[in-house]
Amino acid sequence: MGERREIQLTVNGEAVSREVEVRWTLVDFLRHELMLTGTHVGCEHGVCGACTVLLDGRSARSCLTLAVQADGCDVTTIEGLSPKEGLSPLQQAFADHHGLQCGYCTPGVLCTLTEFLETNADPSEEEIRIALSGNLCRCTGYQGMVDAALAYVAARKSQLA
Amino acid sequence: MSWVGSSVPRVEDPALLSGRGKFIDDFHLPDMLHAAVVRSPYAHAKVGKIDCAEALAMPGVHAVLTQDDLPQPFRDQRLLLLVPNPAIRHPITYFALAKDEVCFAGEAVAFVVADDRYIAEDAAERVIVDYEPLPVSADCKAALEPGAATAHADRDDNIAADFPMTYGDVEDAFAGAAHVVKESFFTHRGGGHAMECRGVVAADDPVTDSMTLWSNTQAPHMLRNVYARMMGVSETQIRVIAPPDVGGGFGPKGMYYQEQFCAAAAARQLGRPVKWTEDRRENFIATYQERDQYWDMEVAVDGDGKLRGIRGRLIHDSGAYLPWGIITPFISSTTIPGPYVLPAYHINLVAVFTNKVATTPVRGAGRPQAAFVMERLMDRVAQELGIDPAEVRRRNFIQPEQMPYPVGLVFRDGSPVVYDSGDYPVCQAKSLALANYESFRERQAAARKDGRYIGIGLGSYVEGTGLGPFEGVNVKVEMSGKVAVQTGAAPQGQGHQTMLAQIVADRLSVKPEDVSVTPGDTAGVGIGIGTFASRITANAGPSAQMAANTVREKLVKAAAHLLEAAEEDLDLADGKVFVKGVPDHGKSFAEIATFTNGMPGFALPGGVIPGLEETSYFTPERSTYANGAHVAEVEVDIETGDVKILRYTTAHDCGSMINPKMVEGQVMGGIAHGVGNALYEWMHYDEDAQPQTVNFGEYLVPMATDVPRAQQVHMETPTPLNPLGVKGAGEGGTIPALAAIAGAIEDALAPFGVRVTQCPVTPPYLLSLLDAARKEAKS
Repeated sequence: MGERREIQLTVNGEAVSREVEVRWTLVDFLRHELMLTGTHVGCEHGVCGACTVLLDGRSARSCLTLAVQADGCDVTTIEGLSPKEGLSPLQQAFADHHGLQCGYCTPGVLCTLTEFLETNADPSEEEIRIALSGNLCRCTGYQGMVDAALAYVAARKSQLA
Repeated sequence: MSWVGSSVPRVEDPALLSGRGKFIDDFHLPDMLHAAVVRSPYAHAKVGKIDCAEALAMPGVHAVLTQDDLPQPFRDQRLLLLVPNPAIRHPITYFALAKDEVCFAGEAVAFVVADDRYIAEDAAERVIVDYEPLPVSADCKAALEPGAATAHADRDDNIAADFPMTYGDVEDAFAGAAHVVKESFFTHRGGGHAMECRGVVAADDPVTDSMTLWSNTQAPHMLRNVYARMMGVSETQIRVIAPPDVGGGFGPKGMYYQEQFCAAAAARQLGRPVKWTEDRRENFIATYQERDQYWDMEVAVDGDGKLRGIRGRLIHDSGAYLPWGIITPFISSTTIPGPYVLPAYHINLVAVFTNKVATTPVRGAGRPQAAFVMERLMDRVAQELGIDPAEVRRRNFIQPEQMPYPVGLVFRDGSPVVYDSGDYPVCQAKSLALANYESFRERQAAARKDGRYIGIGLGSYVEGTGLGPFEGVNVKVEMSGKVAVQTGAAPQGQGHQTMLAQIVADRLSVKPEDVSVTPGDTAGVGIGIGTFASRITANAGPSAQMAANTVREKLVKAAAHLLEAAEEDLDLADGKVFVKGVPDHGKSFAEIATFTNGMPGFALPGGVIPGLEETSYFTPERSTYANGAHVAEVEVDIETGDVKILRYTTAHDCGSMINPKMVEGQVMGGIAHGVGNALYEWMHYDEDAQPQTVNFGEYLVPMATDVPRAQQVHMETPTPLNPLGVKGAGEGGTIPALAAIAGAIEDALAPFGVRVTQCPVTPPYLLSLLDAARKEAKS
């Protein structure tokens, strides 16, 4: 057993207080302690983006973040981005545009796009692709998810207009 | 209306989009222990003493299994080879854990089980193994040289299999040829690299003396069968369940692996569930790949560019073992004729042992390499004769009126290879039209004036899909009135649940979302084959239709009795069977199911069949051939060797489409894999067969910025070989992509006269070609 430390953080809006091993990664803590298994482990070296969560609103690799580093932070996972019933507009756009196949990379992709689309009102396809370039997907060839993001942006714009 | 043929929303998506998917590593069983694997650091070595004392002494460690600790027959027997072939000289497979000798870096030597994965990995580092390094067979071509080190110490050479494949009179074809073109090629493919690595959870039940293995396998029945046969237990004592969600397969997950048997042995020994989840590094070194092929090829043509014959040799890297026989090189060699009339063909195929992880099919299964070679040869013929590459292909296409077309080759079951249907010339024409092929030379000339090097490349292909013998489907109307479908066919993201729900919904006149589909459980359907070879829609699809038809008949028969009506006067809608024109006079599925389920002591009336259930196994006579044509337009940076795909166009024909949007997704995903194989993916080993690319920083899979937006046009030529008219769609996107992109690169660099004979076409390779071309121009 390694050294343990108490951490306090907010996960998907709820206060969490736990004793963790200092060597635990944030993703292992989320998945195995809090049973939030929607966040996936793809490579454990920060390249594939499957484990992406929002840490204080910024996308972060939960495989390269230690659980103790999230002490005092506000963590949002895919579970936190999902409404109790039905799908969010971005999730619905993914369903409409076949933006996922196996769905393993999808939670990370949605976390990346959530941050990106909050800070970019009207991104181009190229900008969306650059934003997604840190999330590897082996199934879709990315086109469905790019189309989903574009459709989401278009719908959001028309609502604001 | 029909659900089949419409792009209905996928039933899989809502859970996956909201983090409620259920993948193998999401399983947490009570009392579960976690495993880590001790792997060989050497590519080839004798294994001496294994000292587990220090690891076992660590708190939280429950067991360290070595070869000696496994139950019989795993101590004496290697894992079964399910696809034998008489051409295999040395049908050597893995031991569940290495015994005496390790033959690649990454081979499992010991299996450590602990309270959690962190402890298991700590303990794995403390297992001390005595290795005596042996000489290494690192390259499949060099491994054939006299005196080369052998990959297995007890072998005199490295030949795994060596056989010719031939039809027609090749000597005559070359003797009378107007032109003969020769070329040697090196093709490399990496692995499947599903975003989810492999995993298994094993739970032993001592009460029923049975084992349950949850594993993200593409072939649960195959794993069950191997386990039952090896352990000498009944098939009822081993249940294999693929989780409802699997994070991509692409071939490698279709095989069975050492760790699945180790987890089962550990769970049985310890009396607690054991989970093993592969990490990404392990995936790079221990999950099967495709890797290297060397081709020496020669093509003979007439004066007008018509093919007369092809001959050559293929050297295939089998890796250290043959867990899936020689299927991959066999498919490679039978793919060469492709969509063309090729009167004569002879190839010598040599499968070679190397001290690297085994090679087994990856999306495309040896076909992308063959398509690369064949399409490169067609381009050579075009260059030799000064004809447009599209025209050379046109002159050689099998014509639609020649269907069904016997190629001349023999399939692996001994039956002749026969293309069933398709219109290859029209398919090519559609792809060229969409790509604005006719005006490309103007675009190219304009670009060159600006100092930009753009080129266009073509890739036509056929793909054997829907391979038999069967994939069963069970359809049942439960007493709740709900429709439940089970199939052995485990999905990995393709959308099997949606596809089967569409077919069954049509037959039972309900909505797809009213049909729940549970795939991948050996307890659900008695026998099964697996998800590979683009076979599920063409095998399980018709099975679903047959089973649902029978259930519909049973519903009508029972309802006729309950409603005192003639069967022909009844109709189905919205989960009810009713008298035509009188929707209120009917019985719900729930009522009918309850009735047919019977009551103790009450005889069923004559003619009523117990239960509303049926399992069907559609058995296709032979494979059905999908086809397509790709066009790639690229720009090459001659300073850096970087290649940018400017435009990508496909025409694709997989017969009737159940869900066009899902077909498009399959094709697009396949193209992305092909882009990786064409430009980036290189599983590099050094001269000691040490893997050098073991993470996604070193081994490049395409990113969103690398994969172009592809334009697709679909044709639907129904196959006569199954009642739905469907062909497979899973691999066609990948197969011609290497060829089309390589052709485009060569075309872009035509001013330098470079010849692309290798894939992937990496920047260093391109720069070396450009450098050599410039030097030659100077001299």
